[in-house]
Amino acid sequence: MPARRIVPCLDVRDGAVVKGVKFKNHRVVGGIAELAQRYRDEGADELVLYDIAASPENRDVDVKWVSDVARILDIPFAVAGGIRTAAQAALRLECGADKISINSPALERPALIDELAARFGSQCVVVGVDSKYEDGDYMIYQYTGDMARSRPAGRRTLDWIREAVDRGAGEIVLNCMNSDGVRKGYDLEQLQAARSVCPAPLIASGGAGAMEHFKDVFKSADVSAALAASVFHSGDIAIPELKRYLHACDIEMRL
Amino acid sequence: MSAVIVDLGCANLASMRFALDRLGALYRITNDAAVIAAAERVILPGVGSARYAADRIDALGLRDTLSRLEQPLLGVCLGMQLLYETSVEGEARGLGRRKGRVERLAVPTGAPWPHMGWSKLRMAGRDSRLLDGVDDGAYVYFVHGFYCPIGNETAALADYGSAFSAAVEAENIYGCQFHPERSGIDGARVLKNFLEAPC
Repeated sequence: MPARRIVPCLDVRDGAVVKGVKFKNHRVVGGIAELAQRYRDEGADELVLYDIAASPENRDVDVKWVSDVARILDIPFAVAGGIRTAAQAALRLECGADKISINSPALERPALIDELAARFGSQCVVVGVDSKYEDGDYMIYQYTGDMARSRPAGRRTLDWIREAVDRGAGEIVLNCMNSDGVRKGYDLEQLQAARSVCPAPLIASGGAGAMEHFKDVFKSADVSAALAASVFHSGDIAIPELKRYLHACDIEMRL
Repeated sequence: MSAVIVDLGCANLASMRFALDRLGALYRITNDAAVIAAAERVILPGVGSARYAADRIDALGLRDTLSRLEQPLLGVCLGMQLLYETSVEGEARGLGRRKGRVERLAVPTGAPWPHMGWSKLRMAGRDSRLLDGVDDGAYVYFVHGFYCPIGNETAALADYGSAFSAAVEAENIYGCQFHPERSGIDGARVLKNFLEAPC
């Protein structure tokens, strides 16, 4: 199997990297290219760049920063936010993104997944899923980048993951909203449930606060990658130290 | 003219372009058969489906040119798969520069498909210009659902489900299934080795 991946996520808004708590109250934490370069130097295996405002405001992401990042990075990165058509996806890939990640637009029009997979191959197509535990089940949310518009999508999370992969998604990022931003650990139970229905690589997102949380999510939920933002941006967890720790825990890491 | 990157309209040229920029290489991007034929060396990148790319090769009238190149030719990822005779992906017809058929990765039950991530190279134990200076066990970045068979041209293997050719090298034909432009320092080394291969 490949090494498990450590994936810093840069939530992008208006040309800067931001972070909120439980998807709210976003504040600026740094410049995009500056943070991307720092994470590459520290040994990040991949980056995800989410334009969190693009989808709710129904606008296109500005693609200049995509090529700014691609120019300096020699590790893969995915770009997300407001991609509604194959043409918009192609533009980002042409700017140097390795993968495109779609979330709300796939919920609006699931056939978008099929179109992107047919045109670019499943390996380029990531489907991001925002999920919340409510009334005894995991349920999908959409437009989560904007507090005012964030709302239930009326779909069960496990059904949607299965459908997304059937339609051609090559990877799923499952963001567990109940645990996001509060640093109490990944939602292992939900990720285990997702892993059991997801034949594509699964990336855990939401809740990382300590190095043990990464160990737990790789060991007990068997995810391919673990994504985190604030613990890296704040410097509370240093990636080189994290990877050495996980390696010592018998988790395969690229050191 | 030092190198050309063949533009099939398969979208991922920027990452290859930027990787060559970081190496200070001179190159041109083209889909013109005459320019490709006259180039010192040729890079055939690829992302997407084999059938789409094979159809693009035909639509652009590049099949004869690419099938006959005698200068160093590097196929990357899907570009490497296109060096073979056929691919099971969309029953695509390749360039026939290497013998064999590209097959779908057979993963163990429950394991993710496609193969996506950093995996180790296992050197095939022969001299390789392309992999000069890259250590056995080096991690490189793979994103692929189909794989090339192991043959005499195999310079390094990797494992996902079963073993497959991760890098090939035979006369003027080079290929890497991984993405050297996204494989950190080792990937840059591979690209540099190709750019310095004698013509």
